[in-house]
Amino acid sequence: MTPKEETVQIDFRGFLHRRSLTLAVGIAALFVVAGCSKKAAPPPPPPPITSNAPAPTATITATPSVINAGGSVILSWRTTDASDVSIDGIGAVPSAGTRTVQPTESTNYHLVAKGSGGSTDATARVTVNAPPTAPVSNLTETDVTDSMFHQNVKDVFFDYDSYDIRSDAQSTISSDANFLNQHPTLKVVIGGYCDERGSTEYNLALGENRANAAKQGLVTAGVSPDRLRTVSYGKEKQFCTEHDENCWQLNRRAQFSIDK
Amino acid sequence: MMNGKHLKLSAFRRISIGISFFTLLFSSGLYAQDWVRTGTNLGVQRIRLAAANFKAGSSDPQSASLKTVFDTTLYNDLKNAGVFDMVSKSMAPPQTPGGPQEINLSAWAAAPSSAEMVAFGSLSVGDGRVTVLGFLFDTKNTQTPQILGKQYADVASEENARRIAHHFADEIILRLGGGLNGICETRIYFVSNRTGNKEIWAMDYDGAGQHPVTHLGSISLSPRVSPDNSRVAFSSLGKDGWSIRMYSLELGRLVNFTSPGGTTLSPAWSSDGGKVAFSSSQTGDNEIYTTDASGGGLHRVTAFRGPDVSPVWNPKSNAQIAWVSGRSGLPQIYVMDSDGANVQRMTDGGYATSPSWSPNGQFLAFAWDRKYGPGAPGGQDIYIMDIASKRWIQLTHEAGANDFPSWSPDGRHIVFQRAQDGRTEIWSMLADGTEQQQLTHEGWNAMPNWSWK
Repeated sequence: MTPKEETVQIDFRGFLHRRSLTLAVGIAALFVVAGCSKKAAPPPPPPPITSNAPAPTATITATPSVINAGGSVILSWRTTDASDVSIDGIGAVPSAGTRTVQPTESTNYHLVAKGSGGSTDATARVTVNAPPTAPVSNLTETDVTDSMFHQNVKDVFFDYDSYDIRSDAQSTISSDANFLNQHPTLKVVIGGYCDERGSTEYNLALGENRANAAKQGLVTAGVSPDRLRTVSYGKEKQFCTEHDENCWQLNRRAQFSIDK
Repeated sequence: MMNGKHLKLSAFRRISIGISFFTLLFSSGLYAQDWVRTGTNLGVQRIRLAAANFKAGSSDPQSASLKTVFDTTLYNDLKNAGVFDMVSKSMAPPQTPGGPQEINLSAWAAAPSSAEMVAFGSLSVGDGRVTVLGFLFDTKNTQTPQILGKQYADVASEENARRIAHHFADEIILRLGGGLNGICETRIYFVSNRTGNKEIWAMDYDGAGQHPVTHLGSISLSPRVSPDNSRVAFSSLGKDGWSIRMYSLELGRLVNFTSPGGTTLSPAWSSDGGKVAFSSSQTGDNEIYTTDASGGGLHRVTAFRGPDVSPVWNPKSNAQIAWVSGRSGLPQIYVMDSDGANVQRMTDGGYATSPSWSPNGQFLAFAWDRKYGPGAPGGQDIYIMDIASKRWIQLTHEAGANDFPSWSPDGRHIVFQRAQDGRTEIWSMLADGTEQQQLTHEGWNAMPNWSWK
């Protein structure tokens, strides 16, 4: 074994030399391999169990995604690699398309796409704002002109030295309140007026009572008191200046105006 | 002598009060005048007084015009006082006395002037100043006839001549009129539309010197001057309705007053100047409230459905308030304690408004249409009522619609508004309804308020 041992020794040196060379090449090769690894193709996915067909994809959108009750929404969707596409509540649909819907309540439009490569799904949510309890007019405060206001909100007339709401005035107040309830942004000033007879100070107090009686009538009919303001004019601003009962009756009134 | 005269008059009055109240049980009319005249310090018997034209004491050209102003003002003041039977100027003796040495008392005492008292003296102008020497003599007392001797001097102007005459007249009235201060230097606040808006105005008691106080350009009503003449409270229409506003006569501008929300009307001063009562609709229904003089310490006094407005304090005690309430239908005059207790209705029907409490606390003056109603031709007239007995007397008769009476501080006069023939003007009269005279003649003038002094 000894001579073999010597040989081995020699070989060992040669081996060492060769080995170190190989080692250097191997390390260099390792660097080369490592440097190229990012560009290399990913490892293939595990093969599907049933077939080799690609899996389907699906997207769905709703425009707009928030509507008021009665409004419309356009759904649009796209799928790939799907043979069987359906939307909950709508049923089978083409693989891509649009459809107008009018949901009455907030809805999740859930699309399911199935293909030989498997199935997938997508969802679009539409939020429907609840309708107001009373119908809303398109009119805003700036749309109501003084003349339109006065056509719809009639003055209330009173008996002599009285601030009681007469029966004929009660129906006037009802229709006045109806208009005001349809125009909830309008603020109203109620002027209380008296005829030319009687005393100045007492008439100012009586005019306040008349304006307030009209106000209470509107409040009872559902108009918020926050929208109503009273001013008494007593006999300071006479609407009619003849000295007879016709004229006095015209002056004994509560007059409504837009509170600007 | 002066005291003797005074005592004699007082005794006579006391007797006449007894007589007139007794006779009132059985009659009215002429006798009713007596309790009014005694209660209002007018007296039943008037002193026969002559006011001589004053003698010009200088030849300054200005003296003639100033003397005319002075003579006219003095005579009218004494005539207006209501306690004198004035000797007509045409009945005066021909000689014009300028001083004690020049007066012939027996000539004044004799018919036709038959004067018990004579006011006389001199007026001179020099170096831009007017000097007045004024005397009051008793024609029956030949030994020591002088009751009054006064000298006045001021810058020479018609305004000052008028002021000196007022001052001298008030001295005479104080001496001969039962010890009450005259009213010749008092003022009347009122509402006029002469500038195009209803503003607060002021004038002398006789209608001289009318001028606007406020310039707000809105509608201002119901002026009430404070007892010390420093402020005028009134109600004014602003963007948010009616509020009480306070004008300082000393500062010449509005000063702070905290007016509550709602329609706030008809302020009234207590006679000590410490409190203000008014009507406010905080609750939607006008009620009577009281506050301190700057609007603090709001206190509600009435709580009853229907308009409550136009409060006025009993100036003698400040413990009672009279006001107008529509709680039973047409407006009536009521009286209550100032805390709201002991409500008492004073008028028994018709349409009664605008109470004014007499300075001695005895009477209410107010406007009353006793037959008011649709179709009724009723006249609105000034009445006064004796509060204790609720006995009343009508002061104006068949002359337009009369409203807003206000007592003079001596209780002898009432100023009021009269709407007649399409005009509304301010008038004054004695508190028995006599000697009515128109004070304003231009524009619409209303709601007069007589100053407290």
